[in-house]
Amino acid sequence: MSALTVDDAAVEYSSRGRGTVRAVDGVSLEVARGQIVGLVGESGCGKSSLARAVAGLEPVASGQVLIDGRPVSPLGWRRRTGQDVRLQMVFQNPYASLNPRRTVGSQVADGLPEGRSSAVRHAEVSRLLDLVGMPADAAARYPHQFSGGQRQRIAIARALAPEPEVLIADEPVTALDASSQAQIVNLLVSLVAELSVGVLFISHDLALVREIADITAVMYLGRIVEMGPTQQVWGAPRHPYTRALIDALPRITEAPRLPVPLRGEVPDAAHVPTGCRFRPRCPVAMDVCTEQPPIITLGPAMAECWLAESARDDDRPSDKH
Amino acid sequence: MTALLDVRHLAVSLPGAGGQVLPVIHDATLQVSRGEIVGIAGESGSGKSMTAQALLGLLPERAQVSGSAVLDGNTELVGRSGRAWRTVRGTRIAMVFQDATAALHPMLTVGRQLTEHMREHLGLDRRAAEARALDLLDRVRIPGGRGALRSYPHQLSGGMRQRVAIASALACEPELLIADEPTTALDVTVQAGILELFDELRRESGLSVLFITHDLGVLAALTVRAYVFYAGRVMESGPTGELLLRPRHPYTAALLHARPHADDSWTLPEDGVTRPDEAAERRTQPLVTIPGSAVSPAAAPPGCPFAPRCAYAEAACTGELPPVTEVRPGHAVACRVLPDLTEVPA
Repeated sequence: MSALTVDDAAVEYSSRGRGTVRAVDGVSLEVARGQIVGLVGESGCGKSSLARAVAGLEPVASGQVLIDGRPVSPLGWRRRTGQDVRLQMVFQNPYASLNPRRTVGSQVADGLPEGRSSAVRHAEVSRLLDLVGMPADAAARYPHQFSGGQRQRIAIARALAPEPEVLIADEPVTALDASSQAQIVNLLVSLVAELSVGVLFISHDLALVREIADITAVMYLGRIVEMGPTQQVWGAPRHPYTRALIDALPRITEAPRLPVPLRGEVPDAAHVPTGCRFRPRCPVAMDVCTEQPPIITLGPAMAECWLAESARDDDRPSDKH
Repeated sequence: MTALLDVRHLAVSLPGAGGQVLPVIHDATLQVSRGEIVGIAGESGSGKSMTAQALLGLLPERAQVSGSAVLDGNTELVGRSGRAWRTVRGTRIAMVFQDATAALHPMLTVGRQLTEHMREHLGLDRRAAEARALDLLDRVRIPGGRGALRSYPHQLSGGMRQRVAIASALACEPELLIADEPTTALDVTVQAGILELFDELRRESGLSVLFITHDLGVLAALTVRAYVFYAGRVMESGPTGELLLRPRHPYTAALLHARPHADDSWTLPEDGVTRPDEAAERRTQPLVTIPGSAVSPAAAPPGCPFAPRCAYAEAACTGELPPVTEVRPGHAVACRVLPDLTEVPA
């Protein structure tokens, strides 16, 4: 069973004058223990709304979010139960996600189960700090005494305290410098293997997702338009949007060339185009695209595109199972 | 032929707390020729943005600047008074910043922001300034003509706002444009459009650009030559392709190795079938990291600032500054050891 199951989830926001906006419109995905699922897309595509709904910070308008088979209850004023803390988040900005006025040790200890002696808690904090490559004496110090990369390590230690099954990492290295980025990514990857925790890795950095994710999910305007094993999604993208994202990446090659821009902008989620949402920007849109595209499965991968259907009919070895 | 911008041994110090003097640039030498897009790369705190601010006279008043920076062979930028800067800044050298939202006034229309400084600097009347603003919008590929002039910054997307900021910078036909991380806050799909725009402006009107970025991929795609900064010094400079594909400085090589391997071919195995354990196997190869963390120019050790983190450092590296060696025509490296670095996989 998957550690995290998102089943046809929708997230809605309503505001006066704009009506209801569906930021996430029917998303399904699964994260197994020991697996990294990368979620990519442009800003405004709904990836952070999805993360918030999965963490219970935002209620789902329809569909459901299950952790270990049981639904996530929305965050309220009560202390969360043991079940609900099996999912933890690591945020983008470790300068904002840690309390500047409390010691590192007390913040890491927040996540530990209640009812343990202070000696046990102390030992646990040391073990968690060691796990993320921080010295035990960091516990008595304050966040401002650490660099951005070290703070992100502390935030990860805190997230690991309740022994979660799933971590949601929302742009966890975006705010860091090149050298600390690589260190934090390596840490997350090694923790996945060591602790067999599942990670939903949300990033705008496609190259990074390609580097570490088992599964890559590509989100556009509230829906996952393509998802599958990372190698397959990047090696043979079926959705024109995925291809556009890949072509827009600047590369270092012997024959330098400018990356290819994607024309137009992500439409307002309050005015979603009819039929295929990507149609107004799609370089290969056809007449049929004014109708809702089918979800085509190709082995372990899926794409929501009229063209993917014809691709399936091609005699491709990867489609025979 | 003289370079459009010729910076030699530029050093900048800022006043720190308690009367201290904090160096932010130790020694920067760089050139930009006409019609060239030249890159500066480096991590935060390396002095790349400070170089831009020094070239625009935007440093705090008590900053100490030495060395020289000559524009077009006739205008010395170092040591200018506040008033003297007004004949250069905005008219001969213009700037585009990372955050276009902050660069534009939220309560003024695009048209007002584009015409205000043209009327001041170029002495145009309202009608002529508006005609010129329309022409500029066209040059930066903003559709909508007069309608676009009436819009407010919040009605535009991030990419469009950056285009407005570029139009504003081009208003007085500057000889040099300094762009400080202009695409860092944008999505890759939008970034690609802005990079394309810079290249079009260069080709169409011979614009010269000093382009500051931390993204080596962007550096490779857009710039013809580049300088790699570390702790307020130029570590390596040369033609961009050569610099990134055959780096000779251990720091440049380390930066390249620490990137995700985005540049490998993105293909499937022969039979098109992805093995279930493919990702787990891929992850057994961790990203290469640079030990330690970047030092600020003020905290840099004597000798080569990268020496404490360098895998190839020798005893002599920590003693005195490394000599600058021209390893190939136009490719200079500030390294005493010049180790044989295996080629970075393309």
